[in-house]
Amino acid sequence: MARDERITLAHGNGGRLMHALVDRLAAHFSNEILDERADAAEVRIGGERLAFTTDSYVVDPLFFPGGDIGSLAVLGTVNDLAMKGAQPLFLSLGLICEEGLPVRVLDRVARSIQKAARRAGVSIVTGDLKVVEKGAAHKLFVNTSGIGVIRYFNRLGVRARPGDAILVNGGIAEHGMAIFKARHEMGFMADIKSDVAPLNGVVGRCLAASKRIRFLRDVTRGGLATTLNEIARVSRAGIEVREEDIPVRPAVRKMCDVLGFDPLYISCEGRFVCCVDGKDTAKVKRAMGPQARLIGRVVGGHRGAVHLFTRVGAGRLLPMLEQDQLPRIC
Amino acid sequence: MNRDPIRLMEVCGTHTMAIARAGIKKILPPGIALLSGPGCPVCVTSGHDIDRAAAVGRQKGVILTTFGDMMRVPGSRGSLQDLKREGRDIRIVYSCLDALEIARRTPRRDVVFMGVGFETTAPTVAATVLEARKKGIRNFSVLPHFKLIFPALEALLLSEAVRIDGFICPGHVSVITGSRPYEKIVRRFKRPCVITGFEPSDILKGIGTLVRALRTRRPRVVIEYTRAVRPAGNIKARQLLNTVFEPATAQWRGLGVIKKSGLAFRRAFRDFDALRRWPVRVAAGKEPAGCLCGDVLRGVKTPADCRLFGKKCTPEHPVGPCMVSSEGTCAAFYHYGQ
Repeated sequence: MARDERITLAHGNGGRLMHALVDRLAAHFSNEILDERADAAEVRIGGERLAFTTDSYVVDPLFFPGGDIGSLAVLGTVNDLAMKGAQPLFLSLGLICEEGLPVRVLDRVARSIQKAARRAGVSIVTGDLKVVEKGAAHKLFVNTSGIGVIRYFNRLGVRARPGDAILVNGGIAEHGMAIFKARHEMGFMADIKSDVAPLNGVVGRCLAASKRIRFLRDVTRGGLATTLNEIARVSRAGIEVREEDIPVRPAVRKMCDVLGFDPLYISCEGRFVCCVDGKDTAKVKRAMGPQARLIGRVVGGHRGAVHLFTRVGAGRLLPMLEQDQLPRIC
Repeated sequence: MNRDPIRLMEVCGTHTMAIARAGIKKILPPGIALLSGPGCPVCVTSGHDIDRAAAVGRQKGVILTTFGDMMRVPGSRGSLQDLKREGRDIRIVYSCLDALEIARRTPRRDVVFMGVGFETTAPTVAATVLEARKKGIRNFSVLPHFKLIFPALEALLLSEAVRIDGFICPGHVSVITGSRPYEKIVRRFKRPCVITGFEPSDILKGIGTLVRALRTRRPRVVIEYTRAVRPAGNIKARQLLNTVFEPATAQWRGLGVIKKSGLAFRRAFRDFDALRRWPVRVAAGKEPAGCLCGDVLRGVKTPADCRLFGKKCTPEHPVGPCMVSSEGTCAAFYHYGQ
């Protein structure tokens, strides 16, 4: 990165540029816990193992089919804790409002926050509110930090291993397409809703079902392709997935086709990838719910990279997201 | 079997992307080669046209609107994105109607839409212009940098720069044009044409159809994309197009100036021509040194032949448009590896 380089939106899209920037910043603070680069940090206080994480939410529009910035802010943080095998307990809530924001919008978001917190079994125990001048923020930004107790610390590894099965718990790309639909008022695309949902329950069931779960990661920005690359990178192993096994709901696939998007790079908010010892595949798949699919395996070859076998049987690299996808022109 | 490979051109950028995404080249027998053609709207827009758009974008009070991919294509004095960083009001829109809506909401500013695209996109712009006239929105105009694909294909065949045995024709363009314009190519150049969809199975079927036509030496037009394309095309869309625009000479990146390969406003709609409102003049632009986009667009070279590819030219720092566009051949090669 050159000295005079500026931040672009691609530095925040969850893809390769963002990873490079995060690496650069994290180098300043390097320590054992941070360097693990998990969704949540694992910290020990006294005899207790805790998971701790933070996330900021700047989604536009604030309300979209299936959710809003409030439910997202609670459940996004809850899910990061869940990926550590933790039971999420307490959340902080920071609100940055733009001057001029109607108070009733804030009320509506607060109600949604409470509803989501109840659904996930967490409490908002501290908070902060700031107001900035018109134009200094866009409507409403939300930050949440969360803390939870790690229940299954001895059951969750930090790396996927060759032979592991790779499972995903449902159709991908639903959140990203719901946001796109709301942002561009594409009313003709019915039946597409954000998948935003708490994952702590389902993760608990998976961990109870198998002692051989190696790695969990929720699929967020950058989509499934990016998550799989992160797992391959952290685990220093290769991943092979089959395109036809990756679940994409028909309405979502159609909308992606119309716009020229690759669903593998579109975000989710209620999906996670589980790497489990091949022997326990069936048990964990059952625990993950009826929409869960086995999409591929961890392999010894092509370390750090993801290979996709396409519908027509050709194999190719599945890279991380580079630039955000734009709708095609014709 | 010691024949030259059959060389088929997929004209459309969306096909190029779909072929790369599905890895189709990897499973084709060695006797069939696929070449990418000039069907990426962003890629074929000349540097000169980008410079001209930038000059309009610098005019006082102008809001320049364009499709997202167009923002990052380098012109001779930087890209539209650079212009935006300078503080000019350049906005990404997803359709021409979005630009008209901006014009309606900001009556004191002049909203210019940079129109690129082929027969598929131009009718929607024509419809928007008619809407603007109906609603009396005067602060809206269009830079008509549209392209027509058939004159380009003929120019490509006439230039004989590259041997093309058959065409995988653009599915979306054909929805509008129907299959008749291809009959001319078949009659004049004896090349088979197949109109096909964008699923891997559509593309494979199309390739099969072309190979059979070549083997039996019976070139003709076949519509395999029957779920979307009719022989007559979309008559209503073409009527809209012809109401507002007429064919005009256009400059293509890689192919140069081709007669009747672009669109200009008809006399009755000249009020909407941004180039009449702002008759800006820019020097003839030079292509970036070492960039092979022009040759890639004609199928003469592949991205692998380019010394900049993957080194100086990446999606993060594109030198040429084929690396920028989501329909560009270089971007397809870069993302999906060939």
